Amino acid sequence: MTFSLTARPPRRVMDKMAVNLALLVVAAGFVIPLLWLILAAFDARAGVAVHWPHPWTLHNFHAILTYDTTYRPMINGAILCGGGTLLTVAVSVLAAYPLSRYRFRAKRPFLLTILFATGLPITAIMVPVYGMFVQVNLIDTLIGTILFMATTALPISIWLTKNFMDGVPVELEQAAWTDGATVMQGLRRIVLPLMWPGLAVVTIYTFIGLWGNFFVPFVLLSSNDRLPASVSIYTFFGQYGQVVYGQLAAYSMLYSLPAVLLYLMLSRRLGGAFSFGGAVKG
Amino acid sequence: MPLWPSVVLLGVFLAGPILYCVYSAFTDMALTGASGAHFVGFDNFRKAFGSSEFRASLVYTLIFTVLSAIIGQNVLGMVLALLMRSGTAWVRALVSTIVIGAWVIPEVVAGYLWSAFLGNDGSLNHILGVLSLPEQNWLFDIPILAVSLANIWRGTAFSMLVYSAALSEVPKEIEESATVDGAGTWQRLWSVTLPMIRRSIMTNLMLITLQTLSVFGLIWTMTRGGPSNKSETLPLFAYQQAFQLSQLGYGTALALVLLAIGAVFSLVYLRALRLEEGLR
Repeated sequence: MTFSLTARPPRRVMDKMAVNLALLVVAAGFVIPLLWLILAAFDARAGVAVHWPHPWTLHNFHAILTYDTTYRPMINGAILCGGGTLLTVAVSVLAAYPLSRYRFRAKRPFLLTILFATGLPITAIMVPVYGMFVQVNLIDTLIGTILFMATTALPISIWLTKNFMDGVPVELEQAAWTDGATVMQGLRRIVLPLMWPGLAVVTIYTFIGLWGNFFVPFVLLSSNDRLPASVSIYTFFGQYGQVVYGQLAAYSMLYSLPAVLLYLMLSRRLGGAFSFGGAVKG
Repeated sequence: MPLWPSVVLLGVFLAGPILYCVYSAFTDMALTGASGAHFVGFDNFRKAFGSSEFRASLVYTLIFTVLSAIIGQNVLGMVLALLMRSGTAWVRALVSTIVIGAWVIPEVVAGYLWSAFLGNDGSLNHILGVLSLPEQNWLFDIPILAVSLANIWRGTAFSMLVYSAALSEVPKEIEESATVDGAGTWQRLWSVTLPMIRRSIMTNLMLITLQTLSVFGLIWTMTRGGPSNKSETLPLFAYQQAFQLSQLGYGTALALVLLAIGAVFSLVYLRALRLEEGLR
């Protein structure tokens, strides 16, 4: 036998095992609350308590997959967040270009304002925004909500886009300009194609943020047929006298899915810590 | 100038409401009032600071922020980032997927699954029962702790990602030479590693504080600020005064207080960034 009793595992191996054990314990703590969601979604008689579903069933999903309950809120959410994201990214690219390429007097104050604005609690201005939207008749409209959502995402988005754009060497554009390209052509044909991974980060990051946003549409929209998934999940909760937990869980899963899938796409392509290096370093 | 679209959007939908907020905080504007708004000076603020409900909501905001962001997310995020460095690859992948998963799912969903988890008949009480520890009526007796736990669960991934990125840039040689010089694990962590990433720690603390100050959806779905306002942080208090009690002027005054707290933190954050390196 080659295995001798005196050969204890070296200290390093023990340390590594202890670290792994600690990590797994924390992970278990994070997973347990999630378990309810997953189990309840497939259990027709789910309550608050965690039960192993018997039988596993898609009944909850069948029950909620109707136009009014699921499809319309999802479509509304897609319109709101898709529209908001497109607007944010387009405006950010336009703003980031001069911030990245030129020197001008307003640049520093503008950047400082942007950074300052990334920190402001948007929750606080919802009350005046509501008042303003009532007065200019933008209340309960998709377009008004899109405009406001895009604005809330704008500061961090401009900041990230500028940092990504800084990484594209300016010499390539200069070559294009000598060949007679305009500034906008240079931006479209040279800069944007070269920074598309960064642009993908900004786009997905913005979309996930807007998709999860509850408070803005909650305050600005009131008609049932315009509510996105983030808010209708809430009306769902009080719709019946008693909460149908299984259906709530199934709906929560469907609603979370786009954000999770987009995040997976992002991390696959760009590695775990993606934008944080650039975003937080300043 | 391609800067204009952003200036217009930010001016109309961000600066505009802030100015409007400042203006209406000094009026008695009501949600339904057709009589118009009158200038009332500092009445709204006097009313706020004189009201025990407002002071209680300030305290709850403070507890929530310190407990869930500064202690919870920050420390747990750091511990995870440090442990991750010496974990096995598959464990690292598994743990980060789970922790980030909690961060990616929308806050309303997080709210629901935590109310189920902490409910009287929920999993946590079952686990406590199995371990023969005393069960708690979490959402009813200590709602502020309940929402803080949920916010730790939801937000830790952010700190973990920030700290992982920061730690990956600490040169291995410096830590190794500290070990060679006889520093223990704790000593090395405390006097070598942490000082090297202090800038990331500052930045992260500011960012999570600001995020936590404005949490609304999570608390609203879990407790609606109750029971008897025992988890009513400032955003929820302002919302209720403005929309449910129709006191728009008073509500905006409260919002202005929140905005001011956020602005102070934001300024400190800017200064911290500038002191260390200067803005490029």
